[in-house]
Amino acid sequence: MKQLITFVKKEFWHVLRDKRTLLVLFGMPVVQVLLFGFALSTEVKNTKIGVLDQDKSQNSIELISKIKANQYFDVDKNLRSIEEAENAFKGGKIKMILVIPAQFAQDINSGKKAQLQLITDGTDINMANQIYNFMSNIIMDFYGQETLQPKSGVQPEIRMLYNPQLKGAPNFVPGVMALILLIICVLMTAIAIVREKEMGTMEVLLVSPMKPYIIILAKAIPYFILSMIILVSILILSVTVLDLPIKGSLLLLFGISIIFIITNLLLGIVISIVTDSQQTAMLIALVGTMLPTIMLSGFMFPVENMSLPLQMIGNVIPAKWYYEIVKNIMIKGTGLEVIWKHVLVLIGMMMVLFVIAVKKFKIRLE
Amino acid sequence: MFRTLFILIKKEFLQIFRNKSILAIIFVMPVIQLVILPLAANYEIKDIKIAVVDHDKSTQSRELIRKITASGYFKIMNYGENYNDAYQEVEKDKIDLILEIPNNFEKDLVRENNEKVLIAINAINGTKAGLSASYLGQILQNYNQQIQLEMNPELETVKKNSGLEIVPKFWFNETYNYRLSLVPGILAFLVTLIGGYLTALNIVEEKEIGTIEQINVSPIKKRDFILGKLIPFWILSMVAFTIGLLVTIFVYKIQMQGSYLLLYAFISVYLIAILGMGLLASVYSDTQQQSMFMVFFFMMIFILMSGLFTPTESMTDWAKYIAYLNPVTYGVDGVRLIMLKDSGFMDLLPHFVFIIGLAIVVISWSVLRYHKTS
Repeated sequence: MKQLITFVKKEFWHVLRDKRTLLVLFGMPVVQVLLFGFALSTEVKNTKIGVLDQDKSQNSIELISKIKANQYFDVDKNLRSIEEAENAFKGGKIKMILVIPAQFAQDINSGKKAQLQLITDGTDINMANQIYNFMSNIIMDFYGQETLQPKSGVQPEIRMLYNPQLKGAPNFVPGVMALILLIICVLMTAIAIVREKEMGTMEVLLVSPMKPYIIILAKAIPYFILSMIILVSILILSVTVLDLPIKGSLLLLFGISIIFIITNLLLGIVISIVTDSQQTAMLIALVGTMLPTIMLSGFMFPVENMSLPLQMIGNVIPAKWYYEIVKNIMIKGTGLEVIWKHVLVLIGMMMVLFVIAVKKFKIRLE
Repeated sequence: MFRTLFILIKKEFLQIFRNKSILAIIFVMPVIQLVILPLAANYEIKDIKIAVVDHDKSTQSRELIRKITASGYFKIMNYGENYNDAYQEVEKDKIDLILEIPNNFEKDLVRENNEKVLIAINAINGTKAGLSASYLGQILQNYNQQIQLEMNPELETVKKNSGLEIVPKFWFNETYNYRLSLVPGILAFLVTLIGGYLTALNIVEEKEIGTIEQINVSPIKKRDFILGKLIPFWILSMVAFTIGLLVTIFVYKIQMQGSYLLLYAFISVYLIAILGMGLLASVYSDTQQQSMFMVFFFMMIFILMSGLFTPTESMTDWAKYIAYLNPVTYGVDGVRLIMLKDSGFMDLLPHFVFIIGLAIVVISWSVLRYHKTS
């Protein structure tokens, strides 16, 4: 035990000496949580559109000013021809074009079926769908009022649960939290051990009377403490600056975060055992975890829309489970009764990684 | 002068090819990710799980529920007895949306032509919630029209006459292919990731091992040393890009609309800027760990603020400036524009100007900062 404490102290000192890494380690979560909490949002706002008004009538001008009054859209370009419209798309400046045909006013006023065209940039389908929906709602609203009695029939009373202002932060902060903890923990341990191997100092440690698990433990403990500090600073930021309350139990959140952090540290250890250069370890840890975590853990794309094989791949990513847990505890305020399955999965992953780490480490020793 | 450079490049290549695992990572990992990840990108929101709490159980309420099911967007999971039970289901993530129809729904509708229904939506994901509300709003609007026509048949003529039709068109993607939106973007990002990391790590490695001292005391010029580091990784990144492009074309069947010449010209310049940034990171760090954390820090910001996943338009103003200063924004957008829209050189002029400017700044910065004696 005394041995371990001395060793942990030595490792800690080692970590603290590297000021630049420390700066990045603590600066990174702070900057990113703020950045993504404030800046990211998938909502449609100020979308630049073009208008090709071939009619230039009272009706078309009214319609355009109605659209201009809306916060969703910015009428950026008054186009003169369809060729000009195509060029506007190619420059990537506008996302949608409203085409008002020449006989629009005539058709509307004489009771014929009038047509409007909404051309969207199909290279960004998600955006295209959303803005098409918003725009057709605006247009239909405008013309619907003239023919039918307004405010009659069934009116929806909409209650947005957990996130009344539809902000991005409740969705992104738990995701960024999972991502940052995952990558920092995995990277830190993966490198710390491979580095000793690469430098040859690992041999020295292994022939010393120290038990191998003590060596690994001593490497992991300082990083565990650092991760906890990072976790606390992310939580403080989201409560104070981003106004995200922690509705559920703080104790539970910490307990599960500890399990998640240990799982990631173990993953880093496994990577470091199977690789033999820092470069390989880092590339595996980074290129291998970053995009899959962002894309498959559910905070960018809804998991339920993915195909089954893809969902299965997502299921082996620890961050996916942690993200759901954080979302539940922080935003919804639910307790273990809802998330016990997720917690079991995380514990299972932790144990599997532990067994692999112990086994592999023994093989290396012989 | 070219001889030294040539020898340095050769040495670098020999070193790279000796490490098989790095090679596998450069060439295999991007391909696997490019093949698998875009399949996840399905923003289409359908099968929204809905719980109906129908207190009225009348003909009209059933008609409304029928309309909702018929739309194809919603999947009714259960019919609850009260709101609280349904809310419990939302807490457990089993339900996305609750529709509560009040007791006297049909009566009020017929008597006063006015009634409210409660719609409660799980809004942790704002986009999904917004779209669900908008779909449901459209269904209600249709339903209201139908009711009004039933009650006042004379409106029928008005409605027929003033029909307004909105014709949607999706340019550049007539087959409505979801993957088209993401594959070129991910391709651009993967190349950025690989090029950036390789350069950043490689030079620091020499520092850490100490071999850089040997080079520093040799008569090799600073310029030759840096070029000797950049050129091999530039070639490797171009190869990685080409492999990715083949995947895009043959696996995803995304047809190249624009000119290959322009695409390669663009990527060549873009990669110079990216490798330059990796170089800069390595100049500022002494260990691989440092440089990796630095690169990681910027890559996270670059990818999440590039418009690849969330639209740049909807960012707050100060965040937009970060997106405009982000090379990945230009990389992703440029590849998309050329591949999917056949945009020409003039359309991409702003992209070229920014990237060339960035390349000049970062490379001269790192050359100035790089001292042969430490």
